[in-house]
Amino acid sequence: MVSHPGRAKTWYGHGLPYIAKKRLPGHLIAIEGTDGVGRSAQIQLLRPWLELEGYAVSNTGWTRSPLLSETINEAKAGHQLTVTTFSLLYAADFADRLEHEILPALQAGFIVIADRYMYTAFARNRVMGADPHWTREVFGMALVPDLVLYLDIDVESLIPRVIMGKGMDYWESGMHLALGTDLFDSFERYQSRLIDEYRRLSSEFGFISVDARLPIEELQSELRKHIAEYLSGATGKPRLDPAGNGAPTRKE
Amino acid sequence: MREKDRPVIDAAGSPGGPAALELPAAEPASDDGVARSSHGPESAAGSAPKTLLETPHPYRGRLICVEGIDGSGKSTQLLLLERWLRSRGYPVHFTEWNSSRLVRHSMQRGKKKNLLTPTTFSLLHAVDFADRLTYQILPPLKAGMIVLADRYVYTAFARDVARGVHPEWVRAVYSLALRPDLTLYFRVPIDISLERLLSGRAKLKYHEAGMDVGLSADPVESFRLFQSRVLEIYDQLTLEFGMRPIDATAEIPHQQRVIRTMVQEILRDYDRNRANGNGVTSRPR
Repeated sequence: MVSHPGRAKTWYGHGLPYIAKKRLPGHLIAIEGTDGVGRSAQIQLLRPWLELEGYAVSNTGWTRSPLLSETINEAKAGHQLTVTTFSLLYAADFADRLEHEILPALQAGFIVIADRYMYTAFARNRVMGADPHWTREVFGMALVPDLVLYLDIDVESLIPRVIMGKGMDYWESGMHLALGTDLFDSFERYQSRLIDEYRRLSSEFGFISVDARLPIEELQSELRKHIAEYLSGATGKPRLDPAGNGAPTRKE
Repeated sequence: MREKDRPVIDAAGSPGGPAALELPAAEPASDDGVARSSHGPESAAGSAPKTLLETPHPYRGRLICVEGIDGSGKSTQLLLLERWLRSRGYPVHFTEWNSSRLVRHSMQRGKKKNLLTPTTFSLLHAVDFADRLTYQILPPLKAGMIVLADRYVYTAFARDVARGVHPEWVRAVYSLALRPDLTLYFRVPIDISLERLLSGRAKLKYHEAGMDVGLSADPVESFRLFQSRVLEIYDQLTLEFGMRPIDATAEIPHQQRVIRTMVQEILRDYDRNRANGNGVTSRPR
């Protein structure tokens, strides 16, 4: 039932009716998880491993589109955004990267690793009070990932990481929602709600959930194990060694 | 209206393909190997049959919109209407498509460097619209003023679909829009609009001529082909949304007379004295 190479791709909704129909032999892997959970560190370690295994890798990340990133940063610096304009800006950023980065890379047979995907918009918009059905329709142009790895953490374990990392940020603490005047309390409330929402989405969409409280190396091995499993299923090739080339678990 | 009370889009009632809901659960891959998700957004649809665009808005003010292709003369007519309303002491607020500062930078960058795709073009305009809805349309309507909108969501429904986005998708994106009290559709043959545009300025604008769609390398020919598609869709929208067609080839004063009669109709039960902005905002701009 699995075609070779790559599984059949699926649009989430109506997709992009105007683009020329082309085969997408690459693999789309999304890494989801809340702010400060360690997504980028893990992605940085995945790339060299996959490249040593012979896979070409392309990265794409939330709000990094050349068309929108500046606008989004400017808008976040001001006080003009509503939940709706916020959501639509994210959707435009996503669409720009989908058409200019993700689809071309998939056509060329790359593994695309997406740092956050549409599920982040689903979770955030719901917490911010936007109509969840509307959010999902807006993202109807999205391609469904082949694999979603969800870095799961509880808010108690998240807090020290964020404080020791880059600190609590205005937006990631949900201060715009006026949940309270105290940054810490607001962070705790906002992130708990986000995590609840991610967990709900995880069961709805069948994410593979990994325990993000694990030490970096162990978490990396977990992620590699799941990716190797997916790739062997999708390509019909023997499984990659998750502890193979460049594995951070090797000590010598 | 509170967010949670908002009716959801009625996918089944819109033109275009069937909703994902109606497809068999295991949808086979199409020839490009890309199928549509069997638990896509429509599967989460509730049963509320009407969108905001199909329901009269509850506010004291009035929302009047003009639609039509470039060169149809709609902005001229709206200006004349505005003069008339102000002279009669009505509190008027004017808002224009694609005028929000929020996305100006992205729009300019996208157009200059030709980065826009039909989807990002559509979404940037949706940001502009949502921003103006919050700051330019809703407050004056709630204050009981008369809002004049040069282009409304029907512009997106016509242009973006002519560019190739899915008609249901663009309707869903704009499902936050209010239904206008009156939408005037300025119907004009392509040749007349072209003549008007070319006599006014030397060159057709790139996106206005639909050059991004790649129908023709010649701007005039591209305009003709692209705007013909837009016209065709506008004609369908006229029926779908009850827009009032105006013969945009008629003489300007004649069109204005027709329009003022229609506007008087929707102002019949309008209580000018209850408008908060009355007297303060009725000065000419």
